[in-house]
Amino acid sequence: MNFNAWALTLVVFIPLVGLGFVLLVPKEDEKSIKGVTLLATIASFGVSLYVLVHWVGNKFYETDKLTAFVSEHGGKHPFEVNKPWIDVINSNFHIDADGLGLPLMVLSTFITLLCVVYSWNHFPEPHNPKAFLALVLLLEVGMNGTFVAQDLILFFIFFEIVLLPMYFMIGVWGGPNREYASIKFFLFTLFGSAFMLLGFLALYFKGGRTFDIAELMASPEIAEMARSTQLLIFGGLALGFAIKVPMFPFHTWLPDAHTEAPTVGSVLLAAILLKLGTYGFVKIALPILPEAADTYAPWIGGLAVIGIIYGALGCLAQTDLKRLIAFSSVAHMGFVMLGIASGTTFGINAAVFGMVAHGLITGMLFFIAGSVQHTFHTRELSRLGGLLTQAPKMGWILGFCAMASLGLPGLAGFWGEFPAILSAFNPAESIDKTELFRGYMVIAAVGTVLAAGYLLWMLQKVVFGTPKDEWADTEIHDVSKAEWIAWLPILGLIVVLGVYPNFLFKLTDSPVTQLFGG
Amino acid sequence: MTLGSVDLHPWFLENAWLIPLIPAVSFVAILAFGKRLGAKAAWIGIGSVGAVWLLALGNVFQWIQRVNGFRATESEHGAPEGHLEAVSAFGRSVMRPFSEASHHEVAFVEPITRSMSWWSNGGMSLDVGIRIDGLAVMMLFVVTTISLLVHYYSTEYMKDDRRFTHYYAALSLFTASMLVLVVADNTVQLLVGWELVGLCSFLLIGHWWEDKPNSSAALKAFLTTRTGDIGLLCGVAMTYFVVERATGTGSFNIGAVNEAAMSLGHEGLAKSLLFWCAAGLLLGIIGKSGQFPLHTWLPDAMAGPTPVSALIHAATMVVAGVYLGARMFPVFFQGFDIAGGGVNLMAAVGGITVIIGAGLAFVQRDIKKVLAYSTISQLGYMVMALGVGAWSAAIFHLFTHAFFKANLFLGAGSVSHSGAHHSFDMVDDMGGLRKYMPKTFATFMIGTAALSGFPLLAGFFSKDEILATAGHNGFEFFMYLGFIGGGMTAAYMTRCVWLTFFGEYRGRKHAAHGHDEHSHDDNGHTEPHESTFPILMPLYVLSFMSVFAGILFAPMLKDTIGSSIFSKFPEWVEPGGDGSLFVSFIHPEFSWKDPLLATLFAAVGFGLSYLFFWKKAFMQDATQKNKALRQGKTFLENKYYLDHLYTDIIVGSVKGPIARGAYWVNQNIIDAVLRLTGGGVRKVGQFTYDVLDQKAVDGVPNGLAAITGAAGGSTRNVQTGRLQEYALLILSGTVVLGGMVAALVWAS
Repeated sequence: MNFNAWALTLVVFIPLVGLGFVLLVPKEDEKSIKGVTLLATIASFGVSLYVLVHWVGNKFYETDKLTAFVSEHGGKHPFEVNKPWIDVINSNFHIDADGLGLPLMVLSTFITLLCVVYSWNHFPEPHNPKAFLALVLLLEVGMNGTFVAQDLILFFIFFEIVLLPMYFMIGVWGGPNREYASIKFFLFTLFGSAFMLLGFLALYFKGGRTFDIAELMASPEIAEMARSTQLLIFGGLALGFAIKVPMFPFHTWLPDAHTEAPTVGSVLLAAILLKLGTYGFVKIALPILPEAADTYAPWIGGLAVIGIIYGALGCLAQTDLKRLIAFSSVAHMGFVMLGIASGTTFGINAAVFGMVAHGLITGMLFFIAGSVQHTFHTRELSRLGGLLTQAPKMGWILGFCAMASLGLPGLAGFWGEFPAILSAFNPAESIDKTELFRGYMVIAAVGTVLAAGYLLWMLQKVVFGTPKDEWADTEIHDVSKAEWIAWLPILGLIVVLGVYPNFLFKLTDSPVTQLFGG
Repeated sequence: MTLGSVDLHPWFLENAWLIPLIPAVSFVAILAFGKRLGAKAAWIGIGSVGAVWLLALGNVFQWIQRVNGFRATESEHGAPEGHLEAVSAFGRSVMRPFSEASHHEVAFVEPITRSMSWWSNGGMSLDVGIRIDGLAVMMLFVVTTISLLVHYYSTEYMKDDRRFTHYYAALSLFTASMLVLVVADNTVQLLVGWELVGLCSFLLIGHWWEDKPNSSAALKAFLTTRTGDIGLLCGVAMTYFVVERATGTGSFNIGAVNEAAMSLGHEGLAKSLLFWCAAGLLLGIIGKSGQFPLHTWLPDAMAGPTPVSALIHAATMVVAGVYLGARMFPVFFQGFDIAGGGVNLMAAVGGITVIIGAGLAFVQRDIKKVLAYSTISQLGYMVMALGVGAWSAAIFHLFTHAFFKANLFLGAGSVSHSGAHHSFDMVDDMGGLRKYMPKTFATFMIGTAALSGFPLLAGFFSKDEILATAGHNGFEFFMYLGFIGGGMTAAYMTRCVWLTFFGEYRGRKHAAHGHDEHSHDDNGHTEPHESTFPILMPLYVLSFMSVFAGILFAPMLKDTIGSSIFSKFPEWVEPGGDGSLFVSFIHPEFSWKDPLLATLFAAVGFGLSYLFFWKKAFMQDATQKNKALRQGKTFLENKYYLDHLYTDIIVGSVKGPIARGAYWVNQNIIDAVLRLTGGGVRKVGQFTYDVLDQKAVDGVPNGLAAITGAAGGSTRNVQTGRLQEYALLILSGTVVLGGMVAALVWAS
């Protein structure tokens, strides 16, 4: 048996197998449930790591190495699987790894594993680890699948799978306003998905009766398609993805969902789920409909910089730690979208970097917010203070993540932000709105100051100062062992990627250049 | 391999990358072992900075050898001697790129560059590397020297501090970051160092973060410099494209940017690009180097420990902006058309800062704030000097200022530590201290004299050179501004010295209070006394430098005595060349007019101040009697209301009404549109639902209910009924909408 041919399938479906086992274990046997889940997530992460190591070891990030491999193996990529699936509509089970999806897939298995570790002793009310972990595993199937799918129907199914577990996670384990938040999340995203699906169908019917992304990119029918049709289809796709990102003004589900979601839900939402949207732009919308993308680019860029400023202002108005971090996602994803809108290879590389960096940093911030809430049973900024005195380690970690989040050079956040700003100075020539984008550049740069503002004010309130009197008699635990295990790898990666961004740029550059370099 | 007598691979210069690395390792080591070592952790820092200082000295010697080698090779080829003399009384013409006056060419001393690839993507690539030239070597020497002295000084000053190891860790990180900035061979690497020193400044200003004023000062510093960084970020991005315009391939390399700027100066379109680059970078300088109007963070930064004020907020970090201006001078030279004389943005910013900084120094009660405003004013001189094309004079002033200002700050620390119960209030807690601490007094007086431009001391020569060159290059206005600033400097320092060291001691009756009280218990010193050796030793070294550093660039002495030592500084530091890689400079011919005028202004400033404060000779109650003067004083005491403008009006409105307004829009308009749409769709759907065959969809709700039941347990149920309803409604709604879109697609 050729392991490589099975690797991606394993990454995607091991969690599903784990889910099956979890359902078989009786609800009371929490130890076995946790064990099975941990095993499944470790296995999935292990295989995804194998894929990454194999990819890097064989230097598949170099275009000629990859082409050489493909020509030796009858046109097949290293981990590609392409089996007939639904013949009637010519939809195939086509999964593949490339430099764009691969880092995000590894991020997904990585963060899920750490979430399982974190929740070991942290199950929110109403407890029930069985159901909770089952949902986490189901979520992982959807997330992993999205990043490897090469067929639009397959992509759509994985894309939609994530909705259900996240809905229940928020709706059952969430905060006081969980019902409103969960339904809003569900409906809002479903609404976008409907347009996205329409776009897919239109591509199918107009693009030569195929759902295969690569075939659609090469499709002569699409190249010759009327401009207005292209614009309509792109609009549908973009709406679906933009809601997921979320871009201003489609972002209002996000603060509610984040605020109400349990810690692990928030982490997964911020770290992975938002990336499904930006990934969709880079993987599907832009490459298949490049001309429409150029036409939309000034609008996308405009909404992106509005999001940067607007998200930051939203942060400044918050009194709740978690809601503040949630709004910061709107601002950060604005930088990612600005890089994408620039249409340059450099900007899109920055965008992919920004996705990973935001996943690590904001995921980490949500972890800390969760632990703060666990300790103090409140997230009200006005009641917190002096964390450095009571729980110094947690305080320093929060400070570190705030610095990473505001784009301090030397940490990962910077390499998503600065290159995006730089790419806006000189957008792709086909966009033909250079002056406008230069304005965006300045606005985005102003956004970095606002980011420093809300993060540092948050630090001042939470971390500095002296503890409030109401906590004088409370015994405060600093970072626990499970938290260290879950957090240290993320903190390490934030530094490693910040110091040597080429680890990631190296992977993304070749596919980005192939897709957008011409 | 040699070129003439030049060793092309000098060890110290080639391995200058070690210089930032060693303190970085020290930072990690102190974090890891500091707690266990206690007070000994300081010695990790001192040892590493000491090693780095030796490396820096090695760099200095090898660089001098290199310069001599290159220039010697050149004289063999018959180039003329005496390159420092001026050709013409019309300064503007000689500052043009050297193609027009090539007979004055001095060999370009190749910088040592080494680099390796950092990252590349999308056709862009970036190296990480070192660029060692005269400017960098000078800076290495300054940073490591002051850092070493401050490390040693702090062993006594910060003894028993509750976060002693954190303090030393942050000092190490600061030193490493500053040195990364100094050796950087490209703008992005420079930006990395730039932001990291900002972080260290933040950490050290907020060292005693339990108290809100300290953390607020730290925040203010970080946010204000970040505001300047808007310009820096954009400037760095734009300079990349300057190189692309000149050569076809973009680059972040500082040498490449400078060369491109020199070559593009005459093109119209490129000129406007260069202008925006220069303006952006200037904004970065304004933020970092405390220039008007973003200077307001620097006085507040005095909330940090005093040695930090000396190292970061006087001698090194705040001059990073000036360093950037000198490093990328061709961008400013071309962008602001500095060769044209008259007025330009850079000179104007610097000139205004000279005066407004000096003005505020008059009304401070806190000795550190006097020095902080003085720093602002002196940084103004440096930026103004760059703006008027006095490049060498600007960095020479940076060089001398680092010593005498660090001297003054550390002296103020000594006064507070041993003489004023850790207070910095000159009016209430000091006075008459010369009797109690004669050594501190002597060193402080030397620093004051050097700063005020007392003849033959360091500040006298560096300031004179700025003003003489300003006049020579056609910036007479700024020259006179500088003279006036010099007079003000002498006056406010006279007041400061008077309040601190003369008169009667006023501190006895006061209990300990002030900034640094956290670091110590009051040791029961009721009587002021002299400080101990670890505090005095740095003061001696810095006083020595305050006296003698000036002779390295002293046209007056060269003119009278004639030794070449008096022109060594520009010789070592200036890149030289024909104007294609960097601007070439010609120095004004020495004229007695400049030093005499400067001394006259300083003497008048001193004299007036002496008569007013010492002798109470005139107008003691002027502010009571005269309304205009009273208003002027209030205006100064309120710091020109700039803090009010920034903190209360700008920041206050962004944080307050604007943020809340945006959030209100979010909740009540954007979200409301959504809720209304949702409600509408729901009504449509309700109707559809009623007419649909319920049995057909029975399976869906049942299935959902089953999962929910399993997930939520028996206690908490989601309102599954509503979900079924919603899911169904939205589905039917989207089918309708989808049909419309599909119809449009097909129709087109």
